[in-house]
Amino acid sequence: MGLWLGTIQLGVKSLWLHPMRSILTVLGIFIGVASVIWLLAISKGIGDEAQRQIESLGADTIMIRTVKPPSEKMSSQGLTPYGLTREEYDMLVATIPTVRSAIPIREMRRQFQFKNRKLDGRLVGCTPEYAEVTKLELTSGHFITDAENFARDCHCVLSAKVAEKLFPYEDPVGQRIYMPENQDFYLVVGVLKPKGATAAIGGSMAAQDFSNDVYIPIRTLQQRIGDTIMTMRSGSREGEIIELNQITLRCRDVTEVKKTAELVGAALDSHSKMEDIAVVVPLELLEQARTTRAMFMLFMGMIAAISLLVGGIGIMNIMLATVTERTREIGIRRALGAKRRDIIRQFLVETSVLSLTGGITGILFGLLCGPAVTMARTLANTWFEKQMMDLPEVVRTVQPSIVPESIPGAFFISLVVGLVFGIYPATRAAKMNPIEALRHE
Amino acid sequence: MSETMETDGYACRVVDLKKEYVLKSETVRALRGVTFDIPVGDYVAIMGPSGSGKSTLLNVLGCLDQPTSGSLWLGNDDAAKMSDDELADIRSQRIGFVFQAYNLIQQLTVVENIQVPLFYQGRPLSPEQRKRCHDLAKMVGLGDRLDHRPTQLSGGQQQRVAIARSLVNDPYFILADEPTGNLDSRTTEEILQLFERLNNEGRTIILVTHEDEVSKRAKRVVRLKDGRLQWDKINSQEVRDEAARYALENMPVEV
Ligand SMILES: Nc1ncnc2c1ncn2[C@@H]1O[C@H](COP(=O)(O)OP(=O)(O)O)[C@@H](O)[C@H]1O
Ligand SMILES: [Mg+2]
Repeated sequence: MGLWLGTIQLGVKSLWLHPMRSILTVLGIFIGVASVIWLLAISKGIGDEAQRQIESLGADTIMIRTVKPPSEKMSSQGLTPYGLTREEYDMLVATIPTVRSAIPIREMRRQFQFKNRKLDGRLVGCTPEYAEVTKLELTSGHFITDAENFARDCHCVLSAKVAEKLFPYEDPVGQRIYMPENQDFYLVVGVLKPKGATAAIGGSMAAQDFSNDVYIPIRTLQQRIGDTIMTMRSGSREGEIIELNQITLRCRDVTEVKKTAELVGAALDSHSKMEDIAVVVPLELLEQARTTRAMFMLFMGMIAAISLLVGGIGIMNIMLATVTERTREIGIRRALGAKRRDIIRQFLVETSVLSLTGGITGILFGLLCGPAVTMARTLANTWFEKQMMDLPEVVRTVQPSIVPESIPGAFFISLVVGLVFGIYPATRAAKMNPIEALRHE
Repeated sequence: MSETMETDGYACRVVDLKKEYVLKSETVRALRGVTFDIPVGDYVAIMGPSGSGKSTLLNVLGCLDQPTSGSLWLGNDDAAKMSDDELADIRSQRIGFVFQAYNLIQQLTVVENIQVPLFYQGRPLSPEQRKRCHDLAKMVGLGDRLDHRPTQLSGGQQQRVAIARSLVNDPYFILADEPTGNLDSRTTEEILQLFERLNNEGRTIILVTHEDEVSKRAKRVVRLKDGRLQWDKINSQEVRDEAARYALENMPVEV
């Protein structure tokens, strides 16, 4: 033990003979280790965010979406109805036993007005379960009830942003908003809390940001607006006939999701000709996202590993120079009784001191990853506000999450790098003939 | 060749030592059979022209190099038959080296340099050993410079540190390869006086030199030529005293 301690002291002293050189060498490992921790933390942060977004869709749900069929499938004259029907909704509810609840959804673009304030947003016709499945929470009032749906009441629930835009001063609950397209008034019965966006899923489902939504009972929507929507676009009338935009099924258990999805696919097989529906299974997406995240982290880890390798080569380079430079010292030590293994030990200890110093400081700096990213983002937000807005969502919001294993891992790797890249210079030092080493200038 | 040898009273005994260097073009016979004994307390100067094998002999005596054949008896062991590690152990435990170029380790202080051979004995230093290092530094007149680095010392001071270092493991003998070769006459005298004192205290000293003034101060002169012992003679006390007086009289005046 005393021997090792003495060797370590000696190593530190020898390294301190060339402080600049030692610090630069340490820097190589420092950067390698810090980047292992940083890259893993950032990629995990991104992966976690993607996973959170998918999870917010609900792992136990299946979404069946109406999609616009390719134009050659539509008849050239008049409007072709397409997509999910209410009949199919009833059929799914009645025939698939593993379904706990099902929500029919109809959505459309609408303008909302209150007094002289206007806002373009999305009108969503749904049932009360919608709030639970999409994890909507209320700040005041209540979400649509079964009674309101049954009675086809002209009641609505506003998302936080709509409430804020239309009612900057008033309490929205109890007020009536106006929708000019169908000349109807709706009584506000509830206001939602702000909610983060959900994942964008392939082509079948755009990212939902829920921010400009107004929710009304689906039966009210059917009665007041109906299935046919005509819009004026660049002078010509366009329209669509859709009964339902989406059916969200909730399974009794997560384990039954895949089986249920198969049953749903079979039940709705008639749509395969039209290509007018898409089945989205968040659970599958979640699994995909996990694989993607693992791949991403592996990739990032490899990049970091390469930088560690470069750091290791730096150590080897310096140690080879050191060995040549200290040939005389090696000769002296051998003459005074050092065995080959004493010389090996001395040089290995020196490389280990270098690499572990880099490793430990790198870990400390790696732990600062979270606060550092937050600070950098705050600074960037104040100085380059415009440019920041143009950056993708992930860049603006990602919160690194340190992978716990990366800490001991990085420490271990830096130790191994030190030993591996130290062995060659050390054996070279030990192999030297002491007599020739003593003669060395 | 006898398997054992009477070694009591001898620092070392050299029997028919040969050393050959096999090169591609030729075989260099650096030592061609050297036999001599060094009793404990002797003070031997090895002389000889360049290339005569002085350094080769000294390296073998110092267990840095192994002879091609012959024996080197240190105590009851024949160093000629030892492994690399065993030789290293002997060097750290029973041999003192003093070099022409001092050969101190730059990053270590005076005391630490003195401790190096103990460090390789494989045990942590005992308090007695630490004290011994301090005492040795005092003995060579560097008691007030224990924490100095070699670069902060003069050549003579560095050589005195090297001598203190050579004594730290209580060696069979001190081997000195032209120890005064780099020093002016005043410091040379300092070092020679130090050797004389150590020899008077019972230390065995073997030094290589090519200066007659230095060799005359030793008790005995061994001359090598072409890898063989040319002659081996004892310096009378008169010769030694005369050389010492001459050195003092011709000392340059201190400025
Ligand atoms: N490592 C070596 N390889 C080959 N020849 C050597 C080696 N070392 C010494 N010699 C040769 O051995 C002879 C004796 O050398 P050396 O002991 O250094 O002489 P000295 O010290 O008396 O000048 C010389 O001829 C020298 O060239
Ligand atoms: Mg020589």
